[in-house]
Formats: sequence, structure tokens, C-alpha cells
Amino acid sequence: MSRQSNRTTDSKKMNSELFTLTYGALVTQLCKDYENDEEVNKQLDKMGYNIGVRLIEDFLARSSIGRCQDFRETADIIAKVAFKMYLGITPSVTNWSPGGDEFSLILENNPLADFVELPDNHSTLIYSNLLCGALRGALEMVQMAVDVKFAQDSLRGDNVTEIRMKFIKRIEENLPAGEE
Amino acid sequence: MADDSLFEFLHMEIVSHIFNEQQSSKGEAACISLLEAMGFRVGQGLIERLTRDTPSFKDELDIMKFICKDFWTKVFRRQVDNLRTNHQGTYVLQDNKFSFLTQFSGGKQYLDQAPKYLAFSCGVVRGALSNLGLESVVTAEVSIMPSCKFQVVIQKL
Repeated sequence: MSRQSNRTTDSKKMNSELFTLTYGALVTQLCKDYENDEEVNKQLDKMGYNIGVRLIEDFLARSSIGRCQDFRETADIIAKVAFKMYLGITPSVTNWSPGGDEFSLILENNPLADFVELPDNHSTLIYSNLLCGALRGALEMVQMAVDVKFAQDSLRGDNVTEIRMKFIKRIEENLPAGEE
Repeated sequence: MADDSLFEFLHMEIVSHIFNEQQSSKGEAACISLLEAMGFRVGQGLIERLTRDTPSFKDELDIMKFICKDFWTKVFRRQVDNLRTNHQGTYVLQDNKFSFLTQFSGGKQYLDQAPKYLAFSCGVVRGALSNLGLESVVTAEVSIMPSCKFQVVIQKL
């Protein structure tokens, strides 16, 4: 892919708006196609998953990050490298559970939801559910099964947007027999 | 600020979703119209943001040149390579390395799949022109990947 190396901040901002507007058009379309918010949430999660499984390769190719040693390192990489690279924001990692298998990402602002307001009849819609699916899909490709959900959402009245990520298990690599 | 590749991933997934989920009930032409309509809304919003500070345009050709240079740069990260017109409302914009097609393998194999990935972009252009005061019909064709031609026909009211 050819990229122009001299990008003004204006240009970056425009691309962010293109992405935000497109995402908005997508959610609008899904709301039209499916009657209830639950179904839309599921579709967004599924689409996010499909994007995530491809995005991880793009991420690994561009960031040259090696294997993470533990879940804490994973959390840091997600917040400081991945989010920064793709969405231009750096969420903070907080609220670690005592067992070290659950944490929260706090996003001060959510680029997907710029200029967005949720109407009253869609109060259970998780607008940015694509993010959850993408995180889940990407981590599955690096052998981690995680559960990702929104704990707080600024679109629904909370002060910040909080994504809760829980480590479930390590996925065993399935090598074909005879290749061990 | 969102990364460009993220938009391309999202676009790919949208096309895939629309075609898989809706194919059975709607048929291919309806899916393409759906994508184009989504693009239309996005184009309208984008052009408003983009032209907030620019002076007003002198004429139709000026608008088309703006589309080919600034708008195309912002949306597709390059400029249109060739603009032709018959000076009677029809314009052909040629982009030799269209950003959504660069990931396809060159050659004939996926040529028939290309329109799916162009529908959204046609809508974006049509939406942009619409908010600049020009009603149009925008179509795209591909003969050799990744080069494509967008044909814009301005509708005279």
C-alpha cells in the first residue's frame, strides 16, 4: 500500500472522521436491519471479531513486538501500542483483579463515538461493541481466550468509557500430528 | 486519530457483512445500493467538515478539481491521476492505484468482485457533490486492477 509520508495533522483528523462517520453509518444500518439492540450488539461483536483476527497480523507486522510474558504485559501493549497505533488514544490500565486475570481500560474519549448521541429507544445498544469483538478476535489469534465487555460507556451517561477484559484461558496451539 | 488501515479493515468487513447477511433476502443489486447509500451519508458529512474553511467554488469544474485533489487526498490518500470531461456535465476520474483495490491480486481473477468494493466510494463521492450543490450519478468501473475509473454525471435540474 502506498502511503504519503508527509501527513499533516489535518489529514489525520480527516481520516479519523471518515472512520467515525463510516462506523456511524454501519451502526445505523444495523439498527435498521435488526429489530432489537441485542441483535445489533451481537452483529457488531461478530464483525469486530472478524476485523480483529486480521488486524492482529497488521499490528504484529508493524510493531515488531515479541511475545508477551504475561497478561499484565499484554494489557500494557494493548493500551500503549495498539490503541495508540490504530485509534490515536492511550487508555489507562487500572482495576486489576487480585488474581491478575482481569483489568479495565479507561478511555477518556472514544473516537468511534465522536459526534454521536444515543436516542432514547436504543438505551441498551452498545455502540462501540466492535471494539470488544476486535480485541477478542485479535487476542484469540495469539492464543489467548478473553472475555471483553463494556463496563461503562460515556454514550450512556457515564463519565468515562471503561472496557473490562478478563483472561479465560490459554488456547493450545493445534499442531497437526507428527509435527511436534 | 484513527489509522488508515483501520478504515480499510472496517470497509472490508462492512462489504462482507452486507453481502453475506443480506444476500439471501435482498440480492446483489440491493446490497450494492445499500453500500452506496451508506457512502452517501458519509460523503455528505465529510465534505461539510472538509470545506468549512475553504472559499466558495467558482464553478462546476472548480468543484470537480477540488474533489480530485483535496477530497480524494483526504479520503483515499492520493490524488486522482486523470480527470477528463466533455464540459457538458460528464466527468471521468481515473485513479491508477485505488486504495481499496490495492489489496486484491492483480489480474482478472477477482474483477467481478471489484464493484462491491467500489459502491461505498461511489456513494461517498455522490454525497460530497450533493452537499456542494451538485446532484449527480456516480458509477465506477475497473478494467485492470488496481486502476479504476469513476464516472460522474451531473444532473441538471
